[in-house]
Amino acid sequence: MFLVFLEIRDGKIKKSSLEALSEAKRRADEMSMDVAAAIAGHNIEALAGEAFCYGASKVFVLENTLLSHYSPSGFAFALKSLIDEVNPTVILFSATAMGKDLAPRLAASLGVSLATDCIKMTANGGKLEVVRPIYAGKAFATFSFKSSPQMVSLRPNVFPLIDPLDTQGETVKKDVVLAEDNVRDQVVELLKAEGVALDVTEAEIVVSGGRGMKGPENFDLLRDLTSILPHSAVGASRSAVDAGWIDHQHQVGQTGKTVSPNIYLAFGVSGAIQHLAGMSSSKVIVAVNKDPEAPIFRVADFGVIGDLFQVIPPLKEELKKLLAE
Amino acid sequence: MNIFVFVKKVPDTESKIRIDHEAKCIIEEGLSFVINPYDEIAIEEALRLKEAGEATVTAFSLGSDESIPILKKALAMGADEAVLLKEDLAESYDGLRTARIFVQALKTKYSDYNLLLFGKQSVGADNSQVPSMVAELLGLPQVNVVTKLEIDGNTGSAYREIEGAVEKVSFSLPAIISAQKGLNEPRYETLKGIMAAKRKDIPVVEVQELGFDGDELTSQLELIKMESPPPREAGKVIEEDPDVAAKKIVEYLREEAKAL
Ligand SMILES: Cc1cc2nc3c(=O)[nH]c(=O)nc-3n(C[C@H](O)[C@H](O)[C@H](O)COP(=O)(O)OP(=O)(O)OC[C@H]3O[C@@H](n4cnc5c(N)ncnc54)[C@H](O)[C@@H]3O)c2cc1C
Ligand SMILES: Nc1ncnc2c1ncn2[C@@H]1O[C@H](COP(=O)(O)O)[C@@H](O)[C@H]1O
Repeated sequence: MFLVFLEIRDGKIKKSSLEALSEAKRRADEMSMDVAAAIAGHNIEALAGEAFCYGASKVFVLENTLLSHYSPSGFAFALKSLIDEVNPTVILFSATAMGKDLAPRLAASLGVSLATDCIKMTANGGKLEVVRPIYAGKAFATFSFKSSPQMVSLRPNVFPLIDPLDTQGETVKKDVVLAEDNVRDQVVELLKAEGVALDVTEAEIVVSGGRGMKGPENFDLLRDLTSILPHSAVGASRSAVDAGWIDHQHQVGQTGKTVSPNIYLAFGVSGAIQHLAGMSSSKVIVAVNKDPEAPIFRVADFGVIGDLFQVIPPLKEELKKLLAE
Repeated sequence: MNIFVFVKKVPDTESKIRIDHEAKCIIEEGLSFVINPYDEIAIEEALRLKEAGEATVTAFSLGSDESIPILKKALAMGADEAVLLKEDLAESYDGLRTARIFVQALKTKYSDYNLLLFGKQSVGADNSQVPSMVAELLGLPQVNVVTKLEIDGNTGSAYREIEGAVEKVSFSLPAIISAQKGLNEPRYETLKGIMAAKRKDIPVVEVQELGFDGDELTSQLELIKMESPPPREAGKVIEEDPDVAAKKIVEYLREEAKAL
């Protein structure tokens, strides 16, 4: 059995979790295995339905009031008790903030190794082979597992969703026995970042600005673009972040976030190796830079040599026209 | 308060990574190595806690003798002690293996701690595993990717970054914290610090002598191959009037890339 942990945020299963579920479905079909999913929380049973559409034939609902707020120790404890009972062959997470926090804790409690943030998964006989970018994507390593269950987290935005199925499955509710002492690091408050609708790691289109943006106020030009582009978010180079023009959570790169959007638009970003490390797995890269020698042009699928301040306004009009169609 | 900080030697982020396909490892020759940038933030946080109250800061690194300069740097920044957990093996990329070594060392030799500080990720292995694994194996609370930390006696709160929001987590000590950029700005070493670090002894603990049995130290990840990422071909570059350029970008995204 493949067991996929599904993350719930704002009362919904996260898209990246559905991506993991979709990938589980593809691989499990090849390996003639079932796919089950696990959700954890309080009063969340109703969310199971969506998991059936993305390939789960069974959804385990781990229920306890102590799980209504995230805690890595509490969630790992609850999942461990389920895993001990159902013995999955593969455990999948999405490598989100929660996935990266929780999966290693669970792996340690099971005494198994974990491959983080994988971008490819293949079935070889009964076993998985996974590819992980290491050295910020400057090398790709392929691993298989000697320990079992095989535990993997998948990079968001890399694995396509399957077409939703029109099936139902079985919901299995588990009342988790949990003592206060099992929950040692609970979230007590969630502070929403202001003005951020979508994180860069989750966006399908990232519109990034670098030092060429010249100042904080000009990031409004990029926000204008994201306001018309669907599922988009503003990114930035470290220089722009360090200059205080935009908050650190927008930084793309080796010491920022790794993004794999469908479209990466880079304005006034030179394309330093640390920046490329964070965005070169984007599907399509478009760069606007006034320096023909800028290294970003070596990775861009489409480059414009020019002044971003002159290109953005007509670009906005063109995009508006297109998206109005 | 006893604070332990875990610091790793990693290739400078500027590095071009070359691969030895046969040996399935990176070619270290010609690379320059630095302290993992997030671990530097962890040291800085330990030093600030020390300055705000009373604390001893000890830095640990797992690696060969080549990790000694990293530990010297931690001392030069202001750490009180440094310990090398010595092992000459190549990187295994197996976070559980590393975590088990730390846990064994902590349980058998260094059990007096209140706070264990890590980086949120070692650049290179890019695992983001070791802090959570150590927390689980020691039964401690954990907060990863921390951008703000407050310790008050035996309890603390930490703020951690998630997608589009920040979580505030409360915990009691001892606890595990991993540092994210934004937590602080690491200081530079002072000349005085560098001189003092030079004279300081760094005890060496052989990993083999920590009392592991059997194959506990065998990596459970099998590295099948290591290769360079598929090269990204440079695409089309145009130089036109802004209006034309804008049209062409949209045309490209729609017609050729089929991304819009
Ligand atoms: C340990 C370490 C970690 C790092 N991590 C990261 C990271 O995670 N992410 C990151 O981005 N960087 C990172 N860096 C920094 C990186 O090395 C570069 O300094 C940084 O990416 C440069 O940012 P930039 O491209 O915005 O600025 P610059 O390199 O200054 O480039 C600005 C570009 O804008 C162009 N430009 C200027 N005006 C205009 C205009 N009007 N129209 C069009 N183009 C214009 C210029 O031609 C130039 O190419 C890291 C560095 C170190 C040492
Ligand atoms: N060999 C090592 N020596 C010291 N600390 C390490 C080592 N490996 C990992 N760490 C610590 O664990 C953190 C996370 O590493 P990782 O799980 O490899 O991404 C690092 O930032 C370090 O604080």
